[in-house]
Amino acid sequence: MKNLKQYLIAGFGGQGILFVGKLLANIGLISDKQVTWMPSYGPAMRGGTCNCSVCISDSLIGSPVVSEADVVIAMNGPSYDKFIGSVKKGGAAYIDSTLVDSKYDGDDITVHYVPATELAAENDLKGMANIIMLGKLIKESGLADSETVKKAIEASVSAKKANLLAANLRAIELGMNS
Amino acid sequence: MPKFTRPNSLTDNHNHYCPGCTHGIIHRLIAEIMDEMDIQGETIGVCPVGCAVLAYDYFKCDMIQASHGRAPAVATGVKRAKPENLVFTYQGDGDLAAIGTAEIVHAAARGENITTIFVNNAIYGMTGGQMAPTTMPGQKTQTSPSGRDTALEGFPIRVCEMLATLDGVALAERVSVHDAKHVNATKKAIRKAFEIQKNKKGFSIIEILSTCPTNWGLTPNKAVDWLKSDLIPYYPLGVYQERSVR
Amino acid sequence: MSKTLMKGNEALAEAAIRAGCKCYFGYPITPQNEIGAYMSERIRKNGGVFLQAESEIGAINMVYGCSATGTRCMTSSSSPGVSLKAEGISYLAGADLPCVIVNVQRGGPGLGTIQPSQADYWQTTRAMGHGDLRLPVLAPYSVQEMVDMTAEAFKIAEEFRTPVMLLADGLLGQMMEPVSFNEIGGENKDDGQSSPNWAASGHKNKREKNIITSLFLDPIELETAINERFERFEELRAKYTRSESTNTDDADIIVTAYGSTARVIQSAMEMAREEGIKVGTFRPITLSPFPEKALKEATKSAKKVLVVEMSMGQMVDDVKSALEYKLPVEFFGRQGGFVPGPQEILEVIRRMK
Repeated sequence: MKNLKQYLIAGFGGQGILFVGKLLANIGLISDKQVTWMPSYGPAMRGGTCNCSVCISDSLIGSPVVSEADVVIAMNGPSYDKFIGSVKKGGAAYIDSTLVDSKYDGDDITVHYVPATELAAENDLKGMANIIMLGKLIKESGLADSETVKKAIEASVSAKKANLLAANLRAIELGMNS
Repeated sequence: MPKFTRPNSLTDNHNHYCPGCTHGIIHRLIAEIMDEMDIQGETIGVCPVGCAVLAYDYFKCDMIQASHGRAPAVATGVKRAKPENLVFTYQGDGDLAAIGTAEIVHAAARGENITTIFVNNAIYGMTGGQMAPTTMPGQKTQTSPSGRDTALEGFPIRVCEMLATLDGVALAERVSVHDAKHVNATKKAIRKAFEIQKNKKGFSIIEILSTCPTNWGLTPNKAVDWLKSDLIPYYPLGVYQERSVR
Repeated sequence: MSKTLMKGNEALAEAAIRAGCKCYFGYPITPQNEIGAYMSERIRKNGGVFLQAESEIGAINMVYGCSATGTRCMTSSSSPGVSLKAEGISYLAGADLPCVIVNVQRGGPGLGTIQPSQADYWQTTRAMGHGDLRLPVLAPYSVQEMVDMTAEAFKIAEEFRTPVMLLADGLLGQMMEPVSFNEIGGENKDDGQSSPNWAASGHKNKREKNIITSLFLDPIELETAINERFERFEELRAKYTRSESTNTDDADIIVTAYGSTARVIQSAMEMAREEGIKVGTFRPITLSPFPEKALKEATKSAKKVLVVEMSMGQMVDDVKSALEYKLPVEFFGRQGGFVPGPQEILEVIRRMK
């Protein structure tokens, strides 16, 4: 469990929650870390809230299920309400402030507010608020260099959607500069 | 004058069927056709649970014994793995029309390129004469001692008519083995089914009305009479479906 | 070749194809649907057979027929579906037919939950069908092991002419981890359709007919067949019983678990060691045959044993019996789809100290 980082990513179905989790896991994999990715599965996939756990570590990862997270990404109100309390002390939360009205009251964790859905709409990146959020996370945490991120995107995007590679990169950029 | 001999595709084991039972005739017909088409070496038979459970001892082709009702699923597994082999199931009415209803319906609906020999004698034989899904209204059995009461026990299933509605069925034909003429017609029907399979046309089923003197409580002669007088009117002989599915 | 991220279910399916599996028969049930979905594309492209059956009963009987022809094949399901397959599994065992059956466990009884569980241990190791039968059961604990053990399961199945169960759970099926197929190699050159001498594949007038059956009406024949089958299982026990021990040499407490729970006890052990509690772990990899000797060896210095399962306690019986009831054995379990966390296991360890 050396240097174990636990991430919880949540939102509603269609926001690309599972995909951004996979992208994060691929960043870990390309950085030669141990990684796990675990989705919430079943009825939650069909329209309700959706979340996934990602663990990145230097050694064997025990449970891939994250109950207390170093980092939470919350992309809608219900997810914020459900998971903001799961951030460990000293951890960080990334909030899509377009869709989450609440503001965190406390200084035990660092909270980043990114109007990701709005940014996506303004920049012709519809459906890529999730990637914008990840861009912000990469910038703030120093998780990976841009070469690693690029490789991870290539590894995560399916062949059918290869035309979206450039847009994904632009969304990362946008998030980093937000 | 041709001599009456045992077909090459039958073993010389004595069969266990009761006197007057028509399983033996049906076995012989299948074996004769295997000889005539020269397909013993490529044929794989699947036998049921019921009176014909030991059919694997009587045919000389490779044989597989299936669990109760599942022969069409087993035959599907065989055929998908070995599409060039000729695959048949041999099933009774309890096996096919009660416990194995799902398997037969779906094998037929898929147009599975196999042949089912369905022996309908309107009773469970092996277990001692219980009511079957094809037992006639009013017919007395061990579990319908006062006769099948359709208000309580529902109605017999006409398998050929039911399966004929499915688009995967290339041949659904009902025949009988109660006399020489019908035995010859039965042989023709089985041969047609095997040829349909060889030509990869789809699922084929030959339903054969058969006797069970022991569990009907009749002499072999009277059993044949009852088949004619009671079974055939309820289960009319004929071709219910014939077409190329593929 | 570098590693790629794959879901356990998909990695297992890919591994099966690479291990030469020619036919897959299944029926949809969560949380193992990715196996069928993957097969429906990939095995067909590979010239194999994917067929969605009318039921789990249909699927297992298609496996029975397919295996009877000597063709390498498998099915997969999850707990309620495996109950339906039980009849067919008994027939497969009774007819000595090789195949691989995967159970991606979910919670029961009844419809239970689609979330992970380990509550089918008894069913799988004790009563996977009527009659005297013992099935080899392999329990992977990572996506990589889903791959490696699938390949191994086919090998064991054919070497010992037996159905082999791969007992996973929803967690292993659904999670993604980096995985490599290097160990099991590329496509199996052996076409998986070699038609062994016992198979019912059409005798082509070149040999005596073969009969595939589990029916032996002669008592001597049945007794002989069962004895022979159990002798084969003893050979299998000697050759394939597997387990993994960590930090057992100086351990006061041995924590034991299989499958995905065995990951969590590793974390709990590390946390306990940091507090100075001497904890070791023991992981059965084959659940049947159960690694009794290795467990005895691993608990040599131990004063207590803790068994952790996602159930009310099933494997704990095998642990107690392997230890001949000489060591105190405690149990901690979660149900309902909860995966025990390292913290709660640590708390039990602290209490036991």
